Amino acid sequence: MIISVASGKGGTGKTLVATSLALSLKDTESVRLLDCDVEEPNDHVFMKPVITGSEPVYIMAPAVDEDKCTFCGKCAEVCAYKAIAVIKDHVLTFPQLCHGCGACSYLCPEKAITEEGREIGVVERGHAEGIDFIHGMLTVGEAMAPPVIRKVKEHAGDSGTVIIDVPPGTSCPVVEAVKGSDFCLLVTEPTPFGLNDLVLAVETVRELGIPCGVVLNRTGVGDTKTEAYCAKENIPILLTIPLDMEIARLYSRGVPLIKGLPQWKDSFLGLYERVKELTDGRNPDTER
Amino acid sequence: MEEILILSGKGGTGKTSIVGSLAALAKNKVLADCDVDAADLHLLLSPSVKQETEFWSGQVAVIDKDRCTECSLCQDLCRFDAIKNFEVDPVSCEGCGFCSNICPVEAITMKENMSGHWFISDTAYGPLVHARLGIAQENSGKLVAQVRQQARKIAEEQNLDYTISDGPPGIGCPVISSLSGVNLALLVTEPTLSGMHDLERVVGVCRHFGVPAMVCINKYDLNEENTRQIEDYCRSQDIKVASRIPFDNAVTEALVRGVPVVEYDDGRVSREIGKLWQNISGMLANGRKG
Repeated sequence: MIISVASGKGGTGKTLVATSLALSLKDTESVRLLDCDVEEPNDHVFMKPVITGSEPVYIMAPAVDEDKCTFCGKCAEVCAYKAIAVIKDHVLTFPQLCHGCGACSYLCPEKAITEEGREIGVVERGHAEGIDFIHGMLTVGEAMAPPVIRKVKEHAGDSGTVIIDVPPGTSCPVVEAVKGSDFCLLVTEPTPFGLNDLVLAVETVRELGIPCGVVLNRTGVGDTKTEAYCAKENIPILLTIPLDMEIARLYSRGVPLIKGLPQWKDSFLGLYERVKELTDGRNPDTER
Repeated sequence: MEEILILSGKGGTGKTSIVGSLAALAKNKVLADCDVDAADLHLLLSPSVKQETEFWSGQVAVIDKDRCTECSLCQDLCRFDAIKNFEVDPVSCEGCGFCSNICPVEAITMKENMSGHWFISDTAYGPLVHARLGIAQENSGKLVAQVRQQARKIAEEQNLDYTISDGPPGIGCPVISSLSGVNLALLVTEPTLSGMHDLERVVGVCRHFGVPAMVCINKYDLNEENTRQIEDYCRSQDIKVASRIPFDNAVTEALVRGVPVVEYDDGRVSREIGKLWQNISGMLANGRKG
């Protein structure tokens, strides 16, 4: 089963939930933790994994052989991203704009374009306390996170429980990370910002046809509108975590909640049982 | 006119709460919300929308079933796995148009895609440009560029002194798009190991694009040892720490009431944000002299 942990709003506790859920399950399940927040990955701060392998992530970008090129302009015409331009007898490429679709090289009548890999990030894998750990890191200054996320997800495997830590927001990196999950946990806080972004996140996972439930973090301040929204939309609240300075301080030191306060383990096991019940009966025909 | 962008790397460090307060403190400015896929600034500024514009960007492939001979060339060549069983998954389609170019029977056309809306609004604190990216849409970077461009246009037309933009989390495409033309990036961090790790990456992005940065440590008293480490790091990078804001429930209470915290009370947080604005405007004024 693949469980993704997403949020809409940043800083609501995705990493806290993903790491504590993984650690709660490790004694009874085969667990794999995938950190797909490749712009700002943080799971490693808490898991302190032993990294055993790493591979660069490349995006293909065109390389033009000007000896073969007749400057016909076909490549520029077919590029939807304006990543290649023909000016008189020169071809200019803009690798940062290239999405690596491959149209220019395939359609070049002279076969003058080959594709060269350009490194935009790295995927590292390893283990921490019996948990398989994989994360991706986008290179600083690079714009496109989805290819790095795709590469991280290639390590999802075919069995066991996979927990995916998703970047904040609702746009392409989120879709890339959440897609293919059997269930999505949406972590939020009971504030107007938390609710506004939860609504957007719910719309996104519904668009993808993935069932979801809410983890409500830092309860005690804020308001009750998030609970009212969840009741109205029939979204189960699977776990609540109070605003607690001790929890916040553990987090600040990079200590997973269930390691600092082991009494929370049962709550996370209960959360997992609820997720299993909620996905039971579905025959998840999901691509891995 | 000076352009100020508030970033953080890590989400949830307090960017929007701080921008809301800067909106109340700064004079002669236009506000922009560049977090287009989870915009929240409007919740503090109660905008009344004056102008709403559709944002058309990118394309999506559509297969004409009647023409399609199911030769599967498109499926084989699509790098984004967006075509399965001779149907396009619009969420996976990146709009490259490769399939429509190579279809031997011209069964695939590219359809323009409406990927969101942007708005110009009035608020009690001045004009606000904001946007909403459509659900599961791409091109957030282009929508951010549009928001920034409109804000700049308003600042020029009305002869304003500042644009103040609330940035998206992360370091990728929408952040890079937000950074263009910015005079000063205010990086809001928190004294957690995650916050510190993410700060270093966002400092790297500012440096990569040559944008001067200043740091604000929010909830500094959550872990004072980490706060000291952030200050040491900033010193080593020659980055000024403009403010240390304490943890206070007043921030959440103000948020629940839908007002910037400096309008809610004059406690410790409000006083610190007041100092923060003095530091920002002072640094920009020095930059002009220098």
